[in-house]
Amino acid sequence: MTSARDEVLARLRAARDAGGSTPPEVPRTYRRTGSHAPGSAGAVDRLEETLTDYRATVHRVAGEDGVPAAIARVLADAGATTVVAPPGVPERWLAEATASVRSDDPPLSVADLDRVDAVVTGAAVAIADTGTFVLDALAPDQGRRAISLVPDHHVCVVRAAEVVSSVPEALARLDPDGPLTFVSGPSATSDIELDRVEGVHGPRRLDVVLVAGHEV
Amino acid sequence: MTTTDRGRGAQRSRTVELGMPTVASDPHGHLRGREPFPVAAHRALADTQLRQNLGHATRTIRAKRAAVVGEVDDWEELRRAGECLKAGVMARLPELLEQLEASVTARGGVVHWARDAQEANRIVVDLVRATGADEVVKVKSMATQETGLNEALGEAGIAALETDLAELIVQLSDDTPSHFLVPAIHRNRSEIRDIFLREMPGVDPDLTDEPRRLAMAARAHLRRKFLSARVGISGVNFAVADSGTISVVESEGNGRMCLTLPDTLITVMGVEKIVPTWSDLEVFLQLLPRSSTGERMNPYTSTWSGVTPGDGPQAFHLVLLDNGRSNVLASPDGRQALHCIRCSACLNVCPVYERTGGHAYGSIYPGPIGAVLSPQLTGIDGPDDVNASLPYASSLCGACFDACPVRIDIPHLLVQQRAAAVAAHGRPTAQDLAMRAAAAAMATPGRFSLLERAMKLGRLFGRSGRIRSVPGPGAAAWFGARDMPPPPAETFREWWARRQERS
Repeated sequence: MTSARDEVLARLRAARDAGGSTPPEVPRTYRRTGSHAPGSAGAVDRLEETLTDYRATVHRVAGEDGVPAAIARVLADAGATTVVAPPGVPERWLAEATASVRSDDPPLSVADLDRVDAVVTGAAVAIADTGTFVLDALAPDQGRRAISLVPDHHVCVVRAAEVVSSVPEALARLDPDGPLTFVSGPSATSDIELDRVEGVHGPRRLDVVLVAGHEV
Repeated sequence: MTTTDRGRGAQRSRTVELGMPTVASDPHGHLRGREPFPVAAHRALADTQLRQNLGHATRTIRAKRAAVVGEVDDWEELRRAGECLKAGVMARLPELLEQLEASVTARGGVVHWARDAQEANRIVVDLVRATGADEVVKVKSMATQETGLNEALGEAGIAALETDLAELIVQLSDDTPSHFLVPAIHRNRSEIRDIFLREMPGVDPDLTDEPRRLAMAARAHLRRKFLSARVGISGVNFAVADSGTISVVESEGNGRMCLTLPDTLITVMGVEKIVPTWSDLEVFLQLLPRSSTGERMNPYTSTWSGVTPGDGPQAFHLVLLDNGRSNVLASPDGRQALHCIRCSACLNVCPVYERTGGHAYGSIYPGPIGAVLSPQLTGIDGPDDVNASLPYASSLCGACFDACPVRIDIPHLLVQQRAAAVAAHGRPTAQDLAMRAAAAAMATPGRFSLLERAMKLGRLFGRSGRIRSVPGPGAAAWFGARDMPPPPAETFREWWARRQERS
């Protein structure tokens, strides 16, 4: 008996040959770099606009030194009493937070994560044109996917050096080998009358601490 | 609806030569409705609530799409790149699939091949059974709707829980989807509230129809299921051949839940969903969100490559589905229909879809792209096949082509499919006879002049200013969808002759 694999491939080969097998040249005339240089003030400003437009709350800080206070403030404003962070998040980021910090090493169960109020992560890259940041599960300061999914409040620290203008520039920086999550605003749905409503299954509250004091 | 009265595709003989492209099996009738489009459309047009809901939703999304597409100054270049990338995929499809299989396998995934819907369902049912789970959580997927996977799982005693908000609305109300992106687009907020109040166990009885409250109700309803799910089932937006990366584009986070928390993930993809390289996603991740939800980027896009120790499902199965796609691929022009990235922009701009909604098309692939894809997937099974009526569900205005992010020439394909539908007629139809009569009448000036004079008799039918029906074979069908102004009292040629005499 022929396997499904062999039969499907044979059918597709016959069909492909019947319908034509010359691939056209792909015109790469679209823009592969954005209007602002990576890490530039223009890119960071545009990122703030696009993030805000899709209901993320942006907190600008002048430099890394401002991160702990900003994180402490957004956690306190949300009333978070517990917070989880992947193992690679710098300890000092959470040094000023009043919420108690749960370590994910060893990994917390899903039920435990569900009892945690907030999560703090870094980001692999952020895209100014679209208001997106990308989490790489293999990066120690971003961590496995569940920790940035189950808690209802996500605080993401984005440094200017991680900001690019366009989607092509972002993909060029990413390694698809590990799981990646592109996040553009808090979870939302357009399923009721095609109007966007924020807050469904993913974190309903999204704060981005944008570290942008120095020109890169 | 039952599976037996819609499953005509399944009953057809399936003895095929190895390697011959075949049409889709359709065990649950999700690719073919029960009645031709004009019949279903007439009923839909009479539903004023439906027309209001659709008009409101499609107007909203058209404005959003136009605004975010307008921001992108290289949109046309991106469309051309998307078109050529997809054409290149079709030209290399078997090789790319083998490459994808190798790269997914190398990263710890297991690849399965399915000739048709039944085979795909059988594979998934067996995989779920092997885990011992009697419930699965699902991310919205057109491929599993096409195969009727939920019905197949149900027959095997496995409950399939749809987790996308609109899919949940459709599932709770025992309805069928009417749009790719928003399967419950035909429902307005107060209808959705009523469905939730009626069907959602433990829902707050004071639920209002405010969209935010409705979304919260869905969150509460599904949360426990997500956190305890052992098996997730998804579709695919793009599968990258060289890196073995699968991507799912979504909004609510239900996708992330289903892709991350279960122990086992089973992903079903139509073979055409492949792109050659990771960097090719730079084109599609720009085209898709702006075209579909009218957003610069959808809230969440997940990508994964096989299995990652310590993160997400530790068992990953990818089911590659033919189910008629080889039949579409064999057509040099028709294969363009496989370029579709399911954004639904063509539905939202289509004057026919906006008025009839998706159910009138019968197939789960509605709208302009559905009208060219469904008949090619199923093949046209003789003159009475309801899918033969789909290519006529269009005014050929061309709005679908302008909106399509990968430049599928849908109007051209519609015309081709009309020709295919005519070719499927074994005996001449009333239209063929009418056309033959017209050809004979127009062959000489004398005959034509005679015909013109005879046409004036038509004025007898048009005393109200419009001709709405005329007796005679074929005429009833023609006038079923059209009114006609009565012929003028004087023909052009008579007028011309009179004018010449005067001068």
